[in-house]
Amino acid sequence: MIRINCPFCGTRDHSEFSYGGDGSIDYPALDATKEAWHDAVFMRDNICGVQLETWHHVHGCRMWLKIERDTLTHEIHSVRPAHPGLAAALSSEQEAGQ
Amino acid sequence: MTRFSAWSVFKNGLTGQKGWSRQWRDPEPKPHYDVVIVGGGLHGLATAYYLAANHGVKNIAVLEKGWLGGGNAGRNTTIVRSNYFRPGNREFYEHSLKLWENLSHELNYNVMFSQRSHISLLHSPGAIDAAARNYNILRRTGTPDAEIWDLATLKRAVPHLNYSPTSRFPIMGAAVQKRAGTARHDAVAWGYARGADKHGVDILQQCEVQGITREGDSVSAVETSRGTIRAGKVAFAVAGNTSRLWTMAGLGKLPIESHKLQAFVSEPLKPLLDQVVVFGIGGAHFYISQSDKGGMVFGGDLDWYKSYAQRGNLPIVQDTAEAAMSILPCLGRVKLLRHWSGLVDMSMDGTHFLCKTPLSNLYLNAGWNYGGFKATPASGWYFADLIANDRPHEKIRNFDLKRFERGLQIDERGAGPDPKLHG
Repeated sequence: MIRINCPFCGTRDHSEFSYGGDGSIDYPALDATKEAWHDAVFMRDNICGVQLETWHHVHGCRMWLKIERDTLTHEIHSVRPAHPGLAAALSSEQEAGQ
Repeated sequence: MTRFSAWSVFKNGLTGQKGWSRQWRDPEPKPHYDVVIVGGGLHGLATAYYLAANHGVKNIAVLEKGWLGGGNAGRNTTIVRSNYFRPGNREFYEHSLKLWENLSHELNYNVMFSQRSHISLLHSPGAIDAAARNYNILRRTGTPDAEIWDLATLKRAVPHLNYSPTSRFPIMGAAVQKRAGTARHDAVAWGYARGADKHGVDILQQCEVQGITREGDSVSAVETSRGTIRAGKVAFAVAGNTSRLWTMAGLGKLPIESHKLQAFVSEPLKPLLDQVVVFGIGGAHFYISQSDKGGMVFGGDLDWYKSYAQRGNLPIVQDTAEAAMSILPCLGRVKLLRHWSGLVDMSMDGTHFLCKTPLSNLYLNAGWNYGGFKATPASGWYFADLIANDRPHEKIRNFDLKRFERGLQIDERGAGPDPKLHG
C-alpha cells in the first residue's frame, strides 16, 4: 500500500485515492493546432523514476492533488493541491503558522 | 540437438535418460549481427525463429537482460483466444490462434496448447444482445467457433459457478469461444528458443542493453553489459520497458505508459475447472483457469497507477479475491501459492504497435496491454516479415505509431485515450 499525505486529510492509504495520470502535461489552448493536441492527448514521457502525476482523493476530501512519485520505488517526494491558488494559499498559511 | 519423438522418449527411458543434449547453445556475443533483437521474451524469440525459418535470415542475435522466460513470459495467465472485433485485430488474433494450433508440431516441442474454451459470463439481457452482435461478427469473419450459451448449457458445462438468482450480478448466459484455451508459458519460450537456435540464432542471456549508438537517422550499434554489438538492423521487443529503450535511442515520447498487472496461482487442486472463465461487469474484472499441475491461475485489473516495479499491491489482491468468491465460492478455503506482477506496455487505444520507426533500421514491437501472450506467434510472424522486407505487411499497416495522427484508434473497449482503462 502506498501512503499519501493529503494536505487536507492527513496520511491515508492509496486505496482512498484514484490515479489521474501524468501531471506534467500542459494542455494547449482550444484553438491550438491538431499536432499540439495530438501530443498532449496521446504522447507520454513514461518516466522510470520521479514523475509528476495527479491523484484524486475520491474517498476523502475529493480534492485533486499533484504528487511527485518515483515510478520504480513508489516513494512519494511531494504532495500539493492541484489547484494553483489553493496550493499558494496553503503554503502561505503554513509560513504564517511558522 | 535431439529431435523429440515417441521413439527418442522410449529409447532414453531404456538408457537412463542419458541421450539428451542442451536445448540451445550459450554463445559468446559476436561483434556484428545482421539483426539484433532486443528482448528475449516470447515475442523476441518468436521473431528470431520466424526471421530464420520463414525468411532465411542468418546471423541473428536475441539479447536478454535476465534469463529466458523470466520477464512477462513467466508473468501472465497463459490465456489464448481470438475473439477480437475491431478490423485489424480480428484477422491478426485469428492468424495467431491458427499458428498456436500447429505450434507444438512446428517447433517439435510440446507447448501444451489446450483448446478448452473461453467462457465470458453475461449478466443481463442487454449484455447477451451485445455479445450476440459481436459473436455474429466473429462467425461471419472467419471464427466459426464463437457461440452464445444460454443458462442451461452453461450449467451443464460448468456446474459449480455461483448461479444464485439473488447474487449482485446473476449469471444469465455466456459468450464462448471453443478453440480458445491456454498454453504452457515456459514451453513457448523454450520451444521458440530451441527452434531459433537450431537455425543458428545466438541467444545471449545476461546481456542488458545500456545504450544505443546512432549514426544520423540509423542505429549502428547497441552497447550491452557484454560489450558493443554492431547491428545491421535493430528490433525492440521489450514490452514494459519500451519507453526506456526509446529514450536511449533519443526518440522522445511514445503513446505508451508502463503499468503492472498482477496474477495469482493457488495450491494444486484435483481437476475442478475445464475451461477459462471470465467474469467482468461493473467494477469486477476476473479471469481464471486451472493449470495442468492443478493450480488455479487467475488475475484481475491493473494496479491502476503507473509503475515500473515488478511487484503488486494489496488492494488488487483483495479485489481479485472478492471477484473469485463471487463466481466460484468453492475456492473460499483454497490457499494462494504465490502471486506476481508483470510490467506491461499500456497503449493509448489498447492496441499494440508493430511498425517501422523514425530511424531507418530500427523496428518496434510494443504496446501489448493485457494481450501479449496470445499474440506471440502472429507477433513474431509479422514482426519478422516487417524486419526482413523493411515494409509493413498489409495486415499490420494500422499498427503504426502514426495512427492517432490520422484520427484512428483501434479501441476494443471504447475506453478512450487513457492507458490504464484498456484492460
